[in-house]
Amino acid sequence: MMTKGFPLIALMMALAPAANAQTTPPVPEPAPTPAPAPGATPAPGQSGGLVVDVEGGISAPMGIAIPALPTPEVASTAAGSTDQLGKQLSDVITADLKNSGLFKPLPAGQLMPVPFAQATAPDFGGWTSRGATALVQGYIRANGNGTVTVGCYLYDTAAQRELARQGYVLSVNEWRRAAHKCADMVYTRLTGEGPYFDSRVVYVSETGPKGKRIKRLAVMDQDGFNGRFLTNGQTIVLTPQLSPDQRRVAYLSYLDKKPTIYVLDIASGKQHRLVDNVSLALAPRFSPDGRWILYSMSQAGNTDLYKIPADGGTSQRLTSAPGIDTGGSWSPDGSKIVFESDRSGTQQLYVMNADGSSQQRISFGSGRYATPAWSPRGDLIAFTKIGGGFHVGIMSPSGGGEKMLTDGWQDEAPSWAPNGRVIMFFRSTEGGSGVADLWSVDLTGVNERRLPTPFDGSDPSWGPIRKD
Amino acid sequence: MARMTTKLILLATLVAAAGCAHKRPPVLPPAAGDQPTGSTGNGDAGSIVPGSAEDFKRSVMSDTIHFALDQYDIDATSRSILDSQAAWLMKWPDRRITIEGHADERGTREYNLALGDRRANAAKNYLAARGVNAARINTISYGKERPIALGSDEASWAQNRRAVTVVLQ
Repeated sequence: MMTKGFPLIALMMALAPAANAQTTPPVPEPAPTPAPAPGATPAPGQSGGLVVDVEGGISAPMGIAIPALPTPEVASTAAGSTDQLGKQLSDVITADLKNSGLFKPLPAGQLMPVPFAQATAPDFGGWTSRGATALVQGYIRANGNGTVTVGCYLYDTAAQRELARQGYVLSVNEWRRAAHKCADMVYTRLTGEGPYFDSRVVYVSETGPKGKRIKRLAVMDQDGFNGRFLTNGQTIVLTPQLSPDQRRVAYLSYLDKKPTIYVLDIASGKQHRLVDNVSLALAPRFSPDGRWILYSMSQAGNTDLYKIPADGGTSQRLTSAPGIDTGGSWSPDGSKIVFESDRSGTQQLYVMNADGSSQQRISFGSGRYATPAWSPRGDLIAFTKIGGGFHVGIMSPSGGGEKMLTDGWQDEAPSWAPNGRVIMFFRSTEGGSGVADLWSVDLTGVNERRLPTPFDGSDPSWGPIRKD
Repeated sequence: MARMTTKLILLATLVAAAGCAHKRPPVLPPAAGDQPTGSTGNGDAGSIVPGSAEDFKRSVMSDTIHFALDQYDIDATSRSILDSQAAWLMKWPDRRITIEGHADERGTREYNLALGDRRANAAKNYLAARGVNAARINTISYGKERPIALGSDEASWAQNRRAVTVVLQ
């Protein structure tokens, strides 16, 4: 599945056979950064031009047009004909940007067909009159060897200029990745936030009755597509986490009726037991460099935090307080760990150095706090708040600025998108027919949506932006 | 008959391996007469074999003790139940048990796993204090994964906050 490379290509070369030479920008490099427009106020980390107001995104999402991507020549591929794929690519880009809550894509009925010759020469006036401030165009071409080339262009329709471009060559079966890459380019260029659409999620797929639920490890794209199972459901599996290199999954399995942590190599299907000869090892979390796994282990009913080399080896004990210390999460630089402990009587959040020193409580509100997750941006800690229901909330690493983002019957186990702006969690419903499903919410707390998984789901773990 | 022989050998191996792991002298396989009739029983009370899992269930006050919200202390009712379990275990000293610890659904998954472990260990420690060799007692936590009452109400949650003693066949 991941055998093909994912090179960015120089679009000028890709377009050379068909594109009008005078509309092709003269810089033969992938994704050139456009020069700032005169008088434009540059946003942080940007070079100017159109900017989405991230904080106020809900009240004023940006109008954007994403017409079907034309093809220079209709060709059949293993994933359908290129003209069908061109439409599907725009649908995926549209869904990504719409789901971010920061964009308002033009409805399909208002989209104009774009001939291939117009891919780099947009009808700016036509799009402006339809309310599109930004425009995403592109093309798809079959290369005859099982790969396709997809071009992605972002335009400012008012200024009538190109803001960004990228091109991708990839196996046609991975065409959705080209759409996610394109959506990431548009999103990062217009919001100044990091990308998150080209990423994957591991989670636990759930079927069967509440009293004896069947649980299988599953991996999927962040939008819920391309899902597949990693285990067969014969054993209870819980709390998977994708390694930073995305090749391994650490999780808890009841194999041989001994709940402990395993590390599964996704490609080979081989796994090793990470912690032996204990009654319970749980809550595995890869360190940001992938070398360590933080976890909890019970000894005679007392649960403490440890870390162990990800390939196996000798554990180092990090906490020793009487009580349950679990649910650890590393800071993005690997220097600190946030965890939950009931050493004070109820579950609360604590931060310590990665060697276990300087343990300090950071949660002091009413209720209990659990499952902390340090944002990949480093600026926030997400958690489950128990008290008047189960909520997903955020606070600063020093404990300030506490804010609830969700309010379900039972919302639990936040996991951050790679850009630290979106959080996935699972929501359970009550009663004998109660189920768990995956949801996402952004930092505004307003843009809440359920993931379209084929079955119910829980314990999501959002991986980093894909590199391969 | 061949199947029965295989089963006996397997059992002997398991017992020996388990004894070894706990640095105890190997335990002889139980006498043939002590063998349970089957893993699930056949529902005929007259055929329950003394010393079997069915015999345990019939002989003790209950195989299950319950806990208050977020608690793992053994209350008076639980003490009586565990006393009856300890009495049976003292009578059948070659029997090994697993204590399963459980939590209700109103907690986070990982905390509830640790809480179930804590409850199973509380029961184990009580039995050990009553004279049952701790090496005979295995514990496993299911957290909130295996509720027996499926409702989302206090009565259901109270049933699910439990530790269950299971005699190994």
